[in-house]
Amino acid sequence: MSPYLFGYLGAAILILSGLSLTRKNPVHAVLYMIVMFFHLAVLYLGLGAEFLAAVQIIVYAGAILVLFLFVIMILNIKEEMEGERFSGAWPFGISLASGLLLLFIIITGNVTPGQQGTCTPAVIAAQTNTKLMGTLLYTQYIFPFEVASLILLVAVVGAIVLAKKRLR
Amino acid sequence: MVPLQWFIWLSVALFMVGVFGFLTRRSIIMMFLSIEVMLNAVNLSLVSFAHFLNDLRGEVLALFVIAVAASEAAIGLAILIALFRNRETAQIDEVKELKG
Repeated sequence: MSPYLFGYLGAAILILSGLSLTRKNPVHAVLYMIVMFFHLAVLYLGLGAEFLAAVQIIVYAGAILVLFLFVIMILNIKEEMEGERFSGAWPFGISLASGLLLLFIIITGNVTPGQQGTCTPAVIAAQTNTKLMGTLLYTQYIFPFEVASLILLVAVVGAIVLAKKRLR
Repeated sequence: MVPLQWFIWLSVALFMVGVFGFLTRRSIIMMFLSIEVMLNAVNLSLVSFAHFLNDLRGEVLALFVIAVAASEAAIGLAILIALFRNRETAQIDEVKELKG
């Protein structure tokens, strides 16, 4: 990935997420967030993660943010947009976030990468990223995969139970 | 070539945008969006480590993070709908029954 492309994508991701989280209208925030996720997917493509780039667009932009839009439509958006958009404790929030940012930058200043794995670019070019990920997912990580599917099932049932009207 | 350090810094900055949004916004919907931003920042660091260490396990972990994020959004928004039905509000500082 060329540094110019990284610079554009990084700046766009930061600016779009900042814009998104400071909008008053939640619909505008979700739309900015969708554009941000597309930029992130391009960044994943540049890192050689084609499958995750597709999942990012299909699951995040296609499913999760559409769920947000549905819920915003259910809630009363006129009342949502009245009043202050930031809570009274915003100086605390901004100082905590900037302090944590400083701490993380100091910590990650001298990261030494660990042991190199076996999936070198030559292996990935021979077998493709998706096939290698599938092999890993269905052999070494089969138990976490099943747990993830159980979590999704519980989420489906739980969301219906929580959101349905009480029967009287 | 872009070094690994740049990706980590971008991930850290994105995470901090999410922390800022989570701590300062009043609307619960915007707090959930901030959580999504934080999870994406973590995913970015996982994918960049996977790329630079030639190890696909980071990408598998990022896939699990996406699955958990999807279920978290569904459950959280269902709780928000239940709260809105009972209280007619979705602002976090108007829900203060447990305040001592």
